[in-house]
Amino acid sequence: MYDAGKIIAGLVIFLVLVTSPLWYNAVFATTVAPPKLVLPTNGSTRCVEDTATMRASHMDLLNQWRDEVVRQDQRVFVSPLDGTRYDKSLTRTCLGCHTNKKTFCDACHTYMAVSPYCWDCHVAPKEES
Amino acid sequence: MDGSRRRFLKVAGLSVLGVAGGASLKLGAEQEPATALAPELEPAPTAPLTARRWAMVVDLRKFEEHRSWDRCVEACHKVHNVPHFDNRKDEVKWIWTEPFENAFPGVEHPYLDPEDREAPVLVMCNHCDNPPCVRVCPTQATWKRASDGIVMMDWHRCIGCRYCVVACPYGSRSFNWRDPRPFIPEIDPDFPTRMRGVVEKCTFCEDRLAHGKQPACVEACEHGEMVFGDLEDPNSEVRRLLAEKFTIRRKANLGTQPEVYYIV
Repeated sequence: MYDAGKIIAGLVIFLVLVTSPLWYNAVFATTVAPPKLVLPTNGSTRCVEDTATMRASHMDLLNQWRDEVVRQDQRVFVSPLDGTRYDKSLTRTCLGCHTNKKTFCDACHTYMAVSPYCWDCHVAPKEES
Repeated sequence: MDGSRRRFLKVAGLSVLGVAGGASLKLGAEQEPATALAPELEPAPTAPLTARRWAMVVDLRKFEEHRSWDRCVEACHKVHNVPHFDNRKDEVKWIWTEPFENAFPGVEHPYLDPEDREAPVLVMCNHCDNPPCVRVCPTQATWKRASDGIVMMDWHRCIGCRYCVVACPYGSRSFNWRDPRPFIPEIDPDFPTRMRGVVEKCTFCEDRLAHGKQPACVEACEHGEMVFGDLEDPNSEVRRLLAEKFTIRRKANLGTQPEVYYIV
């Protein structure tokens, strides 16, 4: 091989550069503490579904509610936990308990770097200062 | 061979019973505290208003008498977070007034009482039985609800192509050229705003009907200037008015079958 030294050196530099984010993080990274959610203060202890389900798939539930309310006019959600009937409404039902978008919704969404577009139209309740 | 199959079926049957029984026991056990925790949950929502075919009757005489057009417009625009733009180019409206000759072209003539000819007519989406806006919508963001004939809007699905704006012969549809939020005088958190790039219009207050309330404009009319009801119900107030009084519809010759009737 001609110029083996240059080629191998080049390859080594290339590999170091390509993997540099990994090295950088291994040396300098600080772990970001996972968000701590502020739970409702109105005495509610129970959501429409159990905590694990809500945590993992609240977005699917909200999409399902949206389609059922807008397109099929089905507005009552019967909780599988205890059969309680809820109005399928982000602003009335969800935000009725989780009154602070900043400390509940945004805390996780910012941590996960997702930006749902619910709030382009739906109105978040006024935050208490 | 036979013996082993018998044994297998026995074991399988027993285990199915066991698992099902265990699961139901467990469910029962979990449900006990749940009912005890229920008080913070909302009571069942109020009974919705339903019909087989919603329609509106607008009494122009009563409007002229009480001059209450603005009150209806304001009531509607307030509860639906309709923005107010100062220029006609960006204007968004669900319900508004037109001069008689614009609302009913071809019906007016030069010898009408000038007061009648220039009197405002309250106009809105006609919730046509044959809605041209629905035919042209490429995403089914607007559609005629089969259960009660309301021409619905799904703002989640509207892509802002504005075909419907062109198709509607009544000018009932407005496009959000700009972000409407800064132009809403007072935002009602119970109703969403819209975003830039979607079309909006009157929905016969389907959200209010679902919660057992009359449309906002009808509620704002204190003298029965507008009446809302079921066309398919022969005993309804709208049917009584249509039978008793002479009514006209806007541009009925186009074949859209508008469902807003005007007592002239």
